[in-house]
Amino acid sequence: MNRKLTALLAAMALALAATGCGGGSGGDSGKITLGFSQVGSESGWREANTKSVKESAQAAGIDLKFSDAQQKQENQIATIRSYIQQKVDVIAFSPVVVTGWDAVLKEAQAAKIPVVLTDRAVDSDPSLYVSFLGSDFVKEGEAVGDWVLDEYKDATGPVNIVQLEGTVGSAPAIDRKKGFESKIAANPNLKVIASQSGDFTRADGKEVMQAILKANPKIDLLFAHNDDMGLGAIQAIEEAGKKPGVDIKIVTIDAVHDGMQALADGKINFIAECSPLLGDQLMDIVKKIKAGQPVDKRIVTTETTFTQQQAAEALPTRKY
Amino acid sequence: MKTVTGHRLFWPAAVLVVMLLANVVVTPGFLSVQVRGGHLYGSLIDILLFGAPLILISIGMTGVIATGGIDLSVGAVVAISGALACYMISGQDDQGSVPGVLVAVGLALGLSAVLGLWNGLLVARAGIQPIIATLILMVAGRGVAQLITSGKNINVNSPPYKLIGGGYLLTVPFAVLVAAVVVALAGLAVRRTALGMLLEAIGGNAEASRLVGIRSRRLIVLAYTFCAVCAGIAGLMISSNISTADGNNAGLWMELDAILAVVIGGTALTGGRFTLAGTVLGALVIQTLSTTIYTTGVPPQTTLVFKAVVVTAVCLIQSPAFRAKVFRRRPGAPPPDPVASPGPADVEVRA
Repeated sequence: MNRKLTALLAAMALALAATGCGGGSGGDSGKITLGFSQVGSESGWREANTKSVKESAQAAGIDLKFSDAQQKQENQIATIRSYIQQKVDVIAFSPVVVTGWDAVLKEAQAAKIPVVLTDRAVDSDPSLYVSFLGSDFVKEGEAVGDWVLDEYKDATGPVNIVQLEGTVGSAPAIDRKKGFESKIAANPNLKVIASQSGDFTRADGKEVMQAILKANPKIDLLFAHNDDMGLGAIQAIEEAGKKPGVDIKIVTIDAVHDGMQALADGKINFIAECSPLLGDQLMDIVKKIKAGQPVDKRIVTTETTFTQQQAAEALPTRKY
Repeated sequence: MKTVTGHRLFWPAAVLVVMLLANVVVTPGFLSVQVRGGHLYGSLIDILLFGAPLILISIGMTGVIATGGIDLSVGAVVAISGALACYMISGQDDQGSVPGVLVAVGLALGLSAVLGLWNGLLVARAGIQPIIATLILMVAGRGVAQLITSGKNINVNSPPYKLIGGGYLLTVPFAVLVAAVVVALAGLAVRRTALGMLLEAIGGNAEASRLVGIRSRRLIVLAYTFCAVCAGIAGLMISSNISTADGNNAGLWMELDAILAVVIGGTALTGGRFTLAGTVLGALVIQTLSTTIYTTGVPPQTTLVFKAVVVTAVCLIQSPAFRAKVFRRRPGAPPPDPVASPGPADVEVRA
């Protein structure tokens, strides 16, 4: 009697384990399941990012479970927990904020599900995730700085530079400023005469630039931490009776559609790209993890820079 | 002298003048206004132009605060109104058509009025605390704006629409003219009719005013609706100025600036007596503060602290209790005419 019961229990456990396994691999033979938790859909940039992930997953034959956290960390944590319960193969997410991820990342680790961060970093211990795929903001700032160095390498007098910074305290604002200023330090003629925050928005970019224009009669170059502030500043410069791109040269970061259009129109002189199209790279990482190959802890998004000429050529086929 | 300093508008006006003078010291050409490109150009014009939306919202807010309420949803209404107008215009074949723009503007203001009506009904009919009733729309409204824009910035290229927030009429910014007209009309309505007195009565004691026959509920709904329409106009100005509707950021935290403008102007949050002229001064003080920060180059990391210090100083200098303690000219003298500045009554109650 006792033996029979044990055998029955064992059979039941086996059956349960079998169904559990089936659920884990998504039912398909060998198809990888990726759970992706997006920050939200707050900007055109983010939208292109979402589209890229979805399209790349389809192209790579990866089963994608997608969720939008609507800018809330608690939504994102709940989503990641549900991915752990569904036993997806890999979890990827763009963290809303930097802090507070230790617990849920440990849960994922306990469930032996590898985690990939995209676009934004966390302050948790690096052993809790496999890889961080995203832009290097310092490099973006440096790319702009390099262009400015080259543009003014023959300048004899001082070059007055205005900087429109992003949201105070945000990683892109801090790092882009750092990268840019470290580069231009090489030429003592290049001077940042005013540096104010335009909060990454067009309206603030315009308002701040309008005030700076009045306080500083001679401005040679404007560096805006993103396209939107640059676009706002262009309007302010035009209203002051000056020609953007000619009287005041403008360099920005992002390369969103409106920015590229202004670049092609000659109102911006140079843009360093901050690409949201990281879908293909993400799928490569997922496949590598699944195949047991090692992946780098930090992978930088493939990004480029655009001059006016290149922008005009790239615009017709640009995805965002 | 005492009659001058005792005037309820003396302190806000003095603060504004001091701030402008400080700017002149740092930036010598600050007050100069010239005609450039066929319109007025200068820092003062900037203050008026960028201050116009805040002035409008603060005027609406003054009416609401006079009834003893508060409206936290104005920032969200700013976003919704701009988003709807730009969405309508961007869908037209000819974005420059005047009738098309008028329809878009009309719809945006109509929707703003409906939102104000909603706030007013929640407060006056459903009896929900104003701060909670309007908090609902403050949170939900930004979602509505993003729904309209589908989370993107909507760009428009429409000269007639551009006029509202970025254009000039007879060299003067059109937005400033609009704000001036609204302020003048509101001033006439509250001071040349009994409306102002009725609003103050409701703010003083809603139940008592109802018992003496004032239709307080109807007037409260009116105040919230007017406030939302003002916010709607401000939303049109802000989106028109940059030819873009930004559902995420347009009008963000503007409700707090508006409340601050009302208080700096000398209207107490407890309701009752209010002053529209003071509110306009308060809004100008806030905008001048922003422009000052940008022109004088206060480092961005310290901007908020700088603002806080100035605002604290402004509030302290307006408090008779504080002035009596610090500048004790006649020890033991009671604070000046309490009717002259309603703000301090609030301070004393809490102290």
